[in-house]
Amino acid sequence: MATTTPDLARPAERDAVHVAAAQAYMNPYLAGIGLGLVLLAAFVTMGRGLGASGAFSALVAWALHSVAPAYVASNEFLSPYIGDGSTHPLKAWLVFEVMGVFAGALLSGLLAGRVVRTIEKGPRVSNAVRLSLAFAGGMLMAIGAHLARGCTSGQALTGGALLNAGSWAFMMCVFGGAYAVAWLLRGEWK
Amino acid sequence: MEMSAPFFKYGLFGDEASLLVAFAIGIGFGFFLERAGFGSARKLVAQFYLTDLAVFKVMFTAIVTAMLGVTYLAWMGVLDLSLVYLVPTYWVPQVVGGLLLGAGFVIGGYCPGTSMAAVATGRIDGLVYALGIGAGTLAFAGLFPVLRGLYLAGSAGAQTLPQLFHLPYGLVVFAVVLMALAGFYGAGLVEAHFGARGERS
Repeated sequence: MATTTPDLARPAERDAVHVAAAQAYMNPYLAGIGLGLVLLAAFVTMGRGLGASGAFSALVAWALHSVAPAYVASNEFLSPYIGDGSTHPLKAWLVFEVMGVFAGALLSGLLAGRVVRTIEKGPRVSNAVRLSLAFAGGMLMAIGAHLARGCTSGQALTGGALLNAGSWAFMMCVFGGAYAVAWLLRGEWK
Repeated sequence: MEMSAPFFKYGLFGDEASLLVAFAIGIGFGFFLERAGFGSARKLVAQFYLTDLAVFKVMFTAIVTAMLGVTYLAWMGVLDLSLVYLVPTYWVPQVVGGLLLGAGFVIGGYCPGTSMAAVATGRIDGLVYALGIGAGTLAFAGLFPVLRGLYLAGSAGAQTLPQLFHLPYGLVVFAVVLMALAGFYGAGLVEAHFGARGERS
């Protein structure tokens, strides 16, 4: 993992935002317009929106297929990502898009001096607890995203702009679910 | 003007080229996510402690921008909206999934897209979160026979809000713009109230 800031002497868990070289974030409305134009470009060129969770499904299906092909073939959720075997499972639109997300974020981070090895957390929580919660949150997020047929990108952002009825219900529930647990988890962040 | 978009569905380029388009669009997506500060879990979760509402502002500005663009291009007759893929609505799993995803957002600090921006900019918690998504995907696949009923509950097909409420498309677009503007104004008030006391990131 690249660590390009001049601040390598700091302990890794220190807060990246305080790194002297890091620039301020972009105005949220300007960043939103930029993101909206990227989404519009996806609609106009491809006839589809953005996504992220589907790329993880393709990756998991491919990795599991290499060790347990019979299981994947019999699994109703994973088998479509393998298909009939005529194309490589990772040769998928969302997989390439997510590789682009990685590259674009790295580019932006390097330009702004914000690439730093760190653990994002509040001041009162240990690294071990924070990383355990990161893993648990990722698991819960994945189950929610697969149930809903999309995550914040594929459902909320994409479906939101297309006035998709289910996406708007989903989006309100995302905010509802997050605010419902925020107070319980204040020790992780505050 | 002649209808010619979505370009891919009008055969202007093929499957191989679509992967390059995917990569290019991903670069733009990741760039603006990181620009907005969404490679940082603390910046993201500040939304849910009301100290920094950047998540709401960026998301709704993006939604309004793309929505107005799509509406205008469709009205001009350039973009055939019926060829733009709509995820079908299944009320029950989308409500349950949204609640789980929202909880996972605060517990883990990211969503799948922003975790990629976090990994790219060195966040170890982002990497662990992404591994959690892999584990959660395995768990979901394993539990799929049990979850199948929930996954398919409340099917309503591909459906838009204008269809659901029997309202003209343009009127719903206008209402969303007004709601967003009111939300942006409200977000400023909320930040003025809570932001000064909380740790701003």
